[in-house]
Amino acid sequence: MSAFLRRIDGLGWVFLAVVLAAALIVPVLHFAMPPDSPFHMPIHAVSLWGKYLAYALLAISLDLVWGYCGILSLGHGAFFALGGYAMGMYLMRQIGTRGVYAHPELPDFMVFLNWKELPFTWWGFDFFPYAMVMALLAPGALAFVFGWFAFRSRVTGVYLSIITQALTFALLLAFFRNDMGFGGNNGLTDFKDILGFNIQAPETRVALFSFTALALAAGYLIARAMVTSAYGKVLIAIRDAESRVRFLGYRVEHYKLVAFTVSAMMAGVAGALYVPQVGIINPSEFAPANSIEAVIWVAVGGRGTLVGAALGAVLVNFAKTWLTGALPEVWLFALGALFIVVTLFLPRGVIGTWQHWRRQAADKKAANAPEKSPDSPAVEGATP
Amino acid sequence: MNAGLIDRIHGPDVELTHTILYVDGVSVTFDGFRALNKLSLVLKHGEMRAIIGPNGAGKTTMMDVITGKTKCDTGDVMFDGHVDLRKLDEASIANLGIGRKFQKPTVFESQTVQDNLLLAMAGPRSARASLFGWRNRLSDDLYDRTLETVGLKDHRHRMAGDLSHGQKQWLEIGMLLAQDPKLLLVDEPVAGMTDHETMETAHLLRRINETHAVVVVEHDMHFVRELGCKVTCLHEGSVLAEGTIDAVSANERVVEVYLGR
Repeated sequence: MSAFLRRIDGLGWVFLAVVLAAALIVPVLHFAMPPDSPFHMPIHAVSLWGKYLAYALLAISLDLVWGYCGILSLGHGAFFALGGYAMGMYLMRQIGTRGVYAHPELPDFMVFLNWKELPFTWWGFDFFPYAMVMALLAPGALAFVFGWFAFRSRVTGVYLSIITQALTFALLLAFFRNDMGFGGNNGLTDFKDILGFNIQAPETRVALFSFTALALAAGYLIARAMVTSAYGKVLIAIRDAESRVRFLGYRVEHYKLVAFTVSAMMAGVAGALYVPQVGIINPSEFAPANSIEAVIWVAVGGRGTLVGAALGAVLVNFAKTWLTGALPEVWLFALGALFIVVTLFLPRGVIGTWQHWRRQAADKKAANAPEKSPDSPAVEGATP
Repeated sequence: MNAGLIDRIHGPDVELTHTILYVDGVSVTFDGFRALNKLSLVLKHGEMRAIIGPNGAGKTTMMDVITGKTKCDTGDVMFDGHVDLRKLDEASIANLGIGRKFQKPTVFESQTVQDNLLLAMAGPRSARASLFGWRNRLSDDLYDRTLETVGLKDHRHRMAGDLSHGQKQWLEIGMLLAQDPKLLLVDEPVAGMTDHETMETAHLLRRINETHAVVVVEHDMHFVRELGCKVTCLHEGSVLAEGTIDAVSANERVVEVYLGR
């Protein structure tokens, strides 16, 4: 345990402190502060920040495969949406007789479609633990099967990106179909309660926020444990020189498959936490643009930093909320411009650039310090 | 198996089981270009061999075939007298005990010297083993011997990308040592090195040869002479001459090939 704690760097501790503090302080800001206090946090803001944190978890999962293994997935939104659908299906089953058609078993859209019985894909989703297992398993299994074929065939780089994009697009089209049995175009909505608690109640929404914060912290710890282990060093080596790693005797495809599957499951959890807070899941979550947006968050924050990915997700979505409110027609241009600016002028992202500066400063300081032996080159002093 | 080949090269006292590497009649064609043309080469356990030859003679392709990067059209490639390498992929071949150093130094530049060695260190290579296993609990002294051998002890925590060209070459040799293969394939180890570094490298390889079989591909005749081992000269994908450095460099055909006709 202590060996693991030593693997978390200063930045990681700051991140964990902020996230865990948010999990504790946000309930206080909402409940203990009177509504007219400047410190009061209105309930819609709580859910909005809960949404940002779910996105941050998605960003960390993407950073695990892109930043550390060089797999640029343009379809991570698919895993996020699958996790979301698993949660959505549980929430649909909880509606029970309170639906428009008051059918004891079938969700409204199935009654509307004249279905007589619950399709097997929905079996068990009234049981919360089963739904949560599915939120992990469905994205995980898809990523495993997809990755098994893609990595074994040594599909890499832009070709892999394109087929991940195709994957999410195919799912988008499939989920649009009514006969898929997932609510078609409208998706799943009108949720009533979760685990017996009213999903609209401030207590529930604040609890959902805190759970999302805890999940984000846990996701960070898992990803951090992976990338700082010897496994993570192999991942980075695969990113930098894949064929060299093969000649060292590593099965590159297995390493990629583990990272891709874990990452997809993490994205699924993010989706499952996202849905009850926004109150709807529909096929548009599979839209390729969503996955690309997630890539931009990671690029902005700094890939290969984990904390940066989470920060990028929050920053970009904060800007999105503000800009789509103030100047809705400008948002997509702003997003495109942001991507270009980051690619050209800030390729390491916010956190990556900051770390780079710090390292340079440390190098400079070490280089100016008196050298140990006269014949050793100055840079040698840079080692800690 | 073609016992005739071994007889021809080593005399009747050498059998297939005594060979660490047995390459016979291997041909490789890329889009009509014959990179290897019935190439045959036999290496005994513990032997060091220098491979010379002009550009395009097939030296690197030969290494690609042995390490599984390229599949040969015809011929036999046997390791350790009994393992058919033609059916295996890169990772399996590496795990059998064949290590390779590339022409261009390919160390993992964004990782430290020590981490480069950690990646190379012999041991289980599954994802599970590296997530939870012993590779996470290596002690510093384990690196020391290797770092000392290749003269990088003071550079342990530097980024591999910050090393000089010669140091990268040495780090790569150090990684090979950490991998502890039975057979080392070393492609142009002294390219871009100073004369001093070249001599150091020759001594290092001779020391490595005390415990490992080594194949060295190199242009630098001075360096090859320093290795003091048997030399094979390749030309247009097959063996042109084989023998001591003096015999090979006196060979008329070799001179002709090197100087152009």
